[in-house]
Amino acid sequence: MYGYIVKRLLMLLPTLIGAAILVFLLLRLVPGDICLIKFGGEGAYADPEQIRQCQVNLGLENPIYVQFWDYMKGFFVLDLGTSMWTGKDVTYEIGVRFELSLQVAIMATLTSIVIAIPLGVISAAKQNTMVDYVVRGFSIAGIAMPSFWLGILMILGLLIGTQEFMGRPWMPPISFKSIFDDPAHNISQLIWPALATGYRYSAVATRMTRSAMLEVLGEDYIRTARAKGLIEKVIVNKHALKNAMLPVVTIIGIEFAFLMGGLVVTEQVFNLNGLGKLFVESVTQSDYTLTQALVMLVVTIFVFMNFVVDVLYAWLDPRIRYS
Amino acid sequence: MKMLWRSAATTAFALGVAAIFGPASPATAETPQYGDELRLVVGSKIPSYDAHIESTFGMIHPIRPFYSVLMRVNPDNPSSPTDFVCDVCEGDVPKPTDGGTKYTFKIRKDVKFHDGTPLTAHDVKATFDKIAFPPEGIASNRQAYFKTVESISAPDDYTVVFKLKNPTGTFLPSVAMPYNFLYAKKDLDAHGYTWHQKNINGSGAFRFVEHVPGSHVKGVKYENYHHKGMPYLNGFTAISAPKMSVRLQAIRGGQADIEFRGFPPKARDDLVKALGDAITVQESDWNCVLIVTPNHKVKPMDDVRVRKALSLAIDREGGSKYLSRIAIVKTVGGVVFPGHPLAATEAELSQLAGYGKDVEANRAEAKRLLKEAGHENLKITLHNRGVDQPYKVVGTWLIDQWKKIGVQADQWVQPTTPFYATLRKQKDFTISLDFNCQSIVNPIADISKFLPGAGNNYAEFQDEQLLKWYDELLAEGDEAKQRAIIRKYEKRVLDELASQFITLWWYKINPHRSYVKGWKIAPSHYLNQALDNIWIDQAEKKRQLGG
Repeated sequence: MYGYIVKRLLMLLPTLIGAAILVFLLLRLVPGDICLIKFGGEGAYADPEQIRQCQVNLGLENPIYVQFWDYMKGFFVLDLGTSMWTGKDVTYEIGVRFELSLQVAIMATLTSIVIAIPLGVISAAKQNTMVDYVVRGFSIAGIAMPSFWLGILMILGLLIGTQEFMGRPWMPPISFKSIFDDPAHNISQLIWPALATGYRYSAVATRMTRSAMLEVLGEDYIRTARAKGLIEKVIVNKHALKNAMLPVVTIIGIEFAFLMGGLVVTEQVFNLNGLGKLFVESVTQSDYTLTQALVMLVVTIFVFMNFVVDVLYAWLDPRIRYS
Repeated sequence: MKMLWRSAATTAFALGVAAIFGPASPATAETPQYGDELRLVVGSKIPSYDAHIESTFGMIHPIRPFYSVLMRVNPDNPSSPTDFVCDVCEGDVPKPTDGGTKYTFKIRKDVKFHDGTPLTAHDVKATFDKIAFPPEGIASNRQAYFKTVESISAPDDYTVVFKLKNPTGTFLPSVAMPYNFLYAKKDLDAHGYTWHQKNINGSGAFRFVEHVPGSHVKGVKYENYHHKGMPYLNGFTAISAPKMSVRLQAIRGGQADIEFRGFPPKARDDLVKALGDAITVQESDWNCVLIVTPNHKVKPMDDVRVRKALSLAIDREGGSKYLSRIAIVKTVGGVVFPGHPLAATEAELSQLAGYGKDVEANRAEAKRLLKEAGHENLKITLHNRGVDQPYKVVGTWLIDQWKKIGVQADQWVQPTTPFYATLRKQKDFTISLDFNCQSIVNPIADISKFLPGAGNNYAEFQDEQLLKWYDELLAEGDEAKQRAIIRKYEKRVLDELASQFITLWWYKINPHRSYVKGWKIAPSHYLNQALDNIWIDQAEKKRQLGG
């Protein structure tokens, strides 16, 4: 098992270096100049000399190979630089948003697991019954509905519902407070995006659990277990579920990584100060250093989650670690 | 005179709307209450805290309350484009001496920075030196506004003297710009000219508490504020909310009290419908204008007949009537902000191409010009910014207007960053929408936008006559003569050359919770943001939001 883990870890490095090079080159192809936006963004007079000075200060007048060399040097010593827009450390800018994004990702993943695994198992165990039809309808609706749209519906529903029943409209808080500082404020803000994204996420996982369970329940060893007279609950929970979890773990791992940086629209709907919103802002402002750092963060999370999934695979299915 | 009447009518309308929609209009004299906090939502990001280099309201709205300025628009009469009052200067705004070339400001003796340092004339001098004469390598975004300043001196601790090269009408409005935050000389000396980009030490109504990037800025009442009895609020929180729908719903859902930039008419109507008398609406002409910018270096925009035909096709009065129902544009005007004494009257405007009352005659003339230029079946692509309000709405309207003279047009909409790159750097467009948004109404400075070769003019043309008139304007101290020069300049830009043309001026709509009192709308979202005169009607707030 240790050899397997070391081998997987060594494979991470070339992946990250390749992504870093690609990110740098692709960003330079995008048109836009952060100094133009900073100085003339509101249509105000933009003094060309000030714009040139800004470009010099930000190193944008350096040849591309010099910029690339500076970037790669920083990459290897884990110095992500400063945001071109705010002048603050990129690690600080990301750090401020990381807690919120991580909490939403965890809450949405928990929501998804709590919903998906029982429903998927029940749906498979009761195949082609009314229960199965209801679960399938529920999961198809979740896949069909974008989470940001569900988020908009939730906010409008809360506004209209509270006005109707409580006499004054209410919507979730729009500024973040840490769960350690103000748990009630924190939960009342984040529960809604966690539900909106967790529902879509659970829909995918429910369908995956169901199909994996159906496949496993048709295996010879399950028939043998039934022939031995084991009760159905033991067969499903002890013998079938663990084997059916392989594809479900993959889905959960990928979705978790996606939630860390990919909730671009949902974060805007709920005004969450997360990594997705920061991503959009950095791209629209042509803030190269911040965009590069964020892309690398998301790539690292994806690569790490893949690693975790691989290790879980090996734990769930010993054949993988022995092969 | 008609222009003054229009300004008065606008104000009256604003007050009327407020009276209808709100239980107490902003004009009603009420006793201010102390306490509570203001929650404002801000739709843009803070690049840095240094107003001398920034130009976004994303910085002004949350950071301006921490700073004082030398003088400002009158917070009790901010809708007037010419009413300025002292902030840290003493008494009335000074009149020029020495033939209009010397302004002497007396500084109040009771102003202190938040770190306890007294504010003196030396701080004011150091601040304006940084703005007007920045050292090599130090950015100053409004240096050009102070080109007429020859020297700044502080003969004693409480006197500042600005010596100008020539008399000019641009000086006082430039000094009153909200970006001219006063910095302590000791901070500049000790920490350098970039320290204020990341640090705050002002003398404004509120002390800085915290800034969580992307989330909020918090300030608390400054007890030693020099305007005695103010501020009324215990503090404020400026919450970052880039999406307009979030800002709107936040006010509706009780998570915010006010937004200072403005909402479109539909949003105002929705809020009023949902909340009734819990909402007060203030409205004003807005010192922002959408400008059509043809690229004179690209055919057929090098032909004045084509440019003029495109301007003649636009029914501005009709557009004002209908577009103002769905977009944040309304007022028909020339190159100068419509509420200002230097702006064209209705009669003067009607003499310009595209402003005549007979729209059909205008369009017949447009067709004739196109035929004469050999472009009867003209096809053009309008370059536009991917922002709904008001760019895409106005862009779509323009295409329809041009269709009426047989021009086939489509839109090339780009997100903000590539839009700027195309307009300002690559310049590979045929005709584009551009805009001019300013803070203080400073017509002589603002109309430099239409000057060939100006850093923010992207029409790519040359005209000696305009440059000559503008130089004359800068050196002219008499308002009547300034007005006459501006009329010639305006006719040259909008009619003779049709080098660029005006669509409609923006219209500012600020619906806010009716318990927010004391704030009055200004013709710019950059103005009247010190927050020192705002107070909360706490009983009304409790009634609206509960315990």
